[in-house]
Amino acid sequence: MGRVELVCPAGSLPALKAAVDNGADAVYMGFRDATNARNFPGLNFDDTTARQGIDYARKKGAKVLLALNTFPQPNRVDTWTTAVDRAAHLGVDALILADTGLMHYASQNHPDLRLHLSVQGSNTNYEALELYREQFGVQRAVLPRVLSLSQVRRVIENTKLEIETFAFGSLCVMVEGRCYLSSYVTGESPNTYGACSPAHAVAWEEKGAARNVRLNSVLIDSYGPGENAGYPVVCKGRYRIGAQVDYAIEEPTSLSVLDVLPQLVGMGVKALKVEGRQRSPAYVAQVTRVLRAALDACEADPENFTPHPEWVAALDKVAEGATHTLGALDRAWQ
Amino acid sequence: MKIALGPILYYWPREQVQAFYEDVARWPVDIVYLGEVVCSKRRALRLEDWLAIAARLQDAGKEVVLSTPALVEAESELLAIRRIAESGLPVEANEMGAVRRCAGKPFVAGPHLNVYNHMSLAWLHGLGARRWVMPVELSRDTLRDFQARLPTDMETEVFAFGRLPLAFSARCFTARAFELPKDQCELRCGEFADGLAVDTQDKDPFLVFNGIQTQSANTVNLIGELPTMAAAGVHVVRLSPQSEHMEAIVAAFRAVLDGTESPEAAAARTVPLCAGAPCNGYWMGGAGMDWRAQPN
Repeated sequence: MGRVELVCPAGSLPALKAAVDNGADAVYMGFRDATNARNFPGLNFDDTTARQGIDYARKKGAKVLLALNTFPQPNRVDTWTTAVDRAAHLGVDALILADTGLMHYASQNHPDLRLHLSVQGSNTNYEALELYREQFGVQRAVLPRVLSLSQVRRVIENTKLEIETFAFGSLCVMVEGRCYLSSYVTGESPNTYGACSPAHAVAWEEKGAARNVRLNSVLIDSYGPGENAGYPVVCKGRYRIGAQVDYAIEEPTSLSVLDVLPQLVGMGVKALKVEGRQRSPAYVAQVTRVLRAALDACEADPENFTPHPEWVAALDKVAEGATHTLGALDRAWQ
Repeated sequence: MKIALGPILYYWPREQVQAFYEDVARWPVDIVYLGEVVCSKRRALRLEDWLAIAARLQDAGKEVVLSTPALVEAESELLAIRRIAESGLPVEANEMGAVRRCAGKPFVAGPHLNVYNHMSLAWLHGLGARRWVMPVELSRDTLRDFQARLPTDMETEVFAFGRLPLAFSARCFTARAFELPKDQCELRCGEFADGLAVDTQDKDPFLVFNGIQTQSANTVNLIGELPTMAAAGVHVVRLSPQSEHMEAIVAAFRAVLDGTESPEAAAARTVPLCAGAPCNGYWMGGAGMDWRAQPN
């Protein structure tokens, strides 16, 4: 079995360096526009910084993947196809694509460029993955965070694609790539605009002792004194069902796979991904360092692997809601 | 322009579903999509039951299409897709696994496929897609851009009425609301014929839970936009069933298409018939929940 690749987020050049310096096998980045799903002010790369990042990573033996994982609409397709050309010209190790039109374009115009299927492509079974392999020569797929461990195993057993799963980071509860909750409220979604809950739609208001947060006029949550306030995404708000007010969809929490790392490695997962291009270089350094240590320990002796308490504590410190979950992975049911 | 009835997205009792389609056979709709799109645990109707309903509707002159599930994870769900693909009826594919199974014969690219540009649509056309349903978050202007580049033998369908499907999850939020695990969900979604209401803390209707699917509380109603759609060359409008007033809603759309009622009058008349407050924001190029008189 080949070594599992640790793929870490590079929202900026300092974050890229932090990832590489702390043991990432690969980093993923995006251009500074709506072509990628972390289209936030101050993040991402232009051609100059991308070149610097690639040079830095290469010198240290790390790969660079470029995410073009949003969905261009007809009148803006050129921006995305140009981005594919730019990425090919920069010589990235792989493109992470979600849109089938772009996949087709890349496979026709840059046949030697390695393609990965983004989690935003929203494909959750091996029949779907094989279609991308047959049609576009895709070589790796990032699985949405909705599959149980046994379902991940089943996918790996039935596809020739390499499989990448998420290891740590903020958790989409909905199937990625087909969630319109953000655009329903704000008009902008990850698919169309590259951002969930765009910052310009967020408004905080003090009301008595409470602190309310609205997304384009919709009350997402109301925090009492002493309650930690999170970034308002629709799926992690508190709402009213009947007489009950609660996290109706999901509590703020992060995914962490430390507890099932030996199983994931054992079933043949090819790469583990850390979420968080919108996070700081310090976050990237911390998470990369912990996962590097965990992955090395796991690969050296999978049978006796247990997550060290200091790893768990270090990850929980930077986790959303300061807590973690296995998400769908630990489901026994279908 | 044809009128299509989308698949019933809620978990209605078997008798209610069968009675509903007995009525539909008499309604002025051209196309009926059948099948369970949301959750494979809903088994009140089996494929054989859907095929029987399909035969009844075909006898009544309707075009019938079987819709596949939007979220396919388990092997049993893949088997279900294969059976649908081999049923002999036209299929609406709602994820790429079903597309692979349908490739090579004519199929409908459903609303849950990510088709955001003409390159993507051209690729699906090459695989056999002959109709596509525009993703609900896309606008009237984007539709026009698509139409300018549409393959000649491709039909465009627009989601024109109903609560919007906004997201799917591996989790069941209806079960969660009752503090039940998904594997012991008791099929509680069956108690909410138009979804379980989820309001904001200041009591504004916001979303509804329909098992693993999250929908808008507001109801899309594009009846007033039918002339715009006709001018843009839309071939089919999809009406997504709600539990009440569906016959009157179908009749209103038909009346506008036949020119016997003005779009404005029909829009006003159908407001009280909607399960939720009306919205058209996506169509107008804005936030989906909004109601706007004019595009941005």
